[in-house]
Amino acid sequence: MTTELYLKLTQFYQDYAASIDLEEWDSWFNMFTDDCIYKIQSRENYDRDLPMAALSLEGKGMLKDRIYGVTETIFHDPYMQKHVVSAPRVISSSEDFIDAQANYSVFRTKNDGIAEVFNVGRYVDRFVIDGDSLLLQSRVCVFDNDMILNSLIYPI
Amino acid sequence: MNNQELLSETEWKFDDTSKIPFWAYTNKGIYEKELKNIFYKKHWCYVGLEAEIPEPGDFKRTVIGERSVIMVRNEQGEIHVVENICAHRGMRFCRKKHGNAQSFVCPYHQWNYTLEGDLQGVPFRRGVKQDGQVKGGMPKDFKPKEHGLTQLKVAQRGGVVFASFDHDVESFEDFLGPEMLHYFDRMFNGRKLKVLGYNKQRIPGNWKLMMENIKDPYHPGLLHTWFVTFGLWRADNRSELKMDEHYRHAAMISTRGSGGKNEQTTNVSSFKEEMQLNDPRFLDVQPEEWWDGPTAVMMTVFPSVILQQQVNSVSTRHIQPNGNGSFDFVWTHFGYEDDTPELTERRLRQANLFGPAGFVSADDGEVIEFSQEGFEAKKDYQTLVELGGRDIEHTDHMVSETLIRGMYDYWRKQMGV
Ligand code: FES
Ligand SMILES: [Fe+2]
Repeated sequence: MTTELYLKLTQFYQDYAASIDLEEWDSWFNMFTDDCIYKIQSRENYDRDLPMAALSLEGKGMLKDRIYGVTETIFHDPYMQKHVVSAPRVISSSEDFIDAQANYSVFRTKNDGIAEVFNVGRYVDRFVIDGDSLLLQSRVCVFDNDMILNSLIYPI
Repeated sequence: MNNQELLSETEWKFDDTSKIPFWAYTNKGIYEKELKNIFYKKHWCYVGLEAEIPEPGDFKRTVIGERSVIMVRNEQGEIHVVENICAHRGMRFCRKKHGNAQSFVCPYHQWNYTLEGDLQGVPFRRGVKQDGQVKGGMPKDFKPKEHGLTQLKVAQRGGVVFASFDHDVESFEDFLGPEMLHYFDRMFNGRKLKVLGYNKQRIPGNWKLMMENIKDPYHPGLLHTWFVTFGLWRADNRSELKMDEHYRHAAMISTRGSGGKNEQTTNVSSFKEEMQLNDPRFLDVQPEEWWDGPTAVMMTVFPSVILQQQVNSVSTRHIQPNGNGSFDFVWTHFGYEDDTPELTERRLRQANLFGPAGFVSADDGEVIEFSQEGFEAKKDYQTLVELGGRDIEHTDHMVSETLIRGMYDYWRKQMGV
């Protein structure tokens, strides 16, 4: 992999985190391919090959529906998110694909509250190299927490 | 707090259970009594599914109330449940969530137990030989038989495992009663279950609030905007509320209407006729033969578990209290051995409605948290549960809080309040 491509990949991870933290949902789902997979899955299920996930979306349509739910229908305490994402670790790459992973921590801050560690895990990703840009074909957020702190509303 | 204070703070000042005092959720003495009188006595509590431990030696660690227990399959294939407390010095020895073992060994002093919980090995039981003399060791009258792990009574039905610390508990069938047993058997009709995985959340609210949530048919069409928006919930759906004779367990049984606009749904401000999902597969339902009519049956088996069928999504939801103001809620999603891959896909897709991130269930965790906030701030106040009157009765509609009144009627008897 060229240095240039690695820098692009690094920038992608940071852009992704920023789009969620800033609640720029259009730019969030435009980082995925049309036939994408997006999951938030406990490490217990992931390691034991159990298919259940806290959230399991297939295709951009489902991603849009999730955002509609988050912004319009789900009742929840408002909260802000801050993602801290490590440098990506490239597992393999070819002309068309990159398999990469990165660790993340998500801090949650509620109105009237102070920041708390909300979710800690690892992105397990497959990127498609689409001309000059990268798109996520699959992102599984594999989290270590045994318990989700009540509800998980926004994407990670 | 002394006993006198405790008693005066927990006096039931109402004629019936159409009002519930906030102290039922906030008082620590009451909570301790619930563990003792309800979770550890006279009740069957959920521990898991047989399918979670298919092979001899397979075990799963779980809890009843606040007590850690291990569900294990022995060499003969029988299921046993033992308490995860070493008979020597009380250590919670089992740290793995699940695994396979030939025996249980406590790491502290290596006491060794069979999978049924009998003590079979005590290092240095007969002391050490030094200078031709035996020194130390356990007393001569030490009987390993008397120092096994606490063994629970076990009930299995349809692939589901319940256990009780109370060996005098009535049979599981009597515990459920004929009406509830009917709905239990409908869902667990003998077909082998296939575990799809877990969702777990820690909810900062009293454990009973989750039972109430699933005994409250008033809220789904109001709180769960997502249900209403996409036509999945309508007040005129055919529905019934049923209980066992003690009013402790309940079932909310409903049959889905055709969706779309009508008078009942348009009463709800959030209904949007035009709303369409970008991806309708979230709601792509495949009717199954075993449903035998109802499209959703939500069963509360007091005090420990909720059995969910919401169209193709089936799960158990295990209530694990930790203090008066918090519980862990563990969802085990499953399917059946004869499911086609397509049906499994459906179950998984529809699971996006449920659990801590669910389009629908996320709302429930949140309202429970904020109810508890209200209770803690105003301990001498009460909730109002008068919808559908003040009596306790079966209904053929959803506009009633009768199941909650029923549960507290039973709860008061168990608690002596
Ligand atoms: S505490 Fe378990 S062997 Fe001593
Ligand atoms: Fe609900």
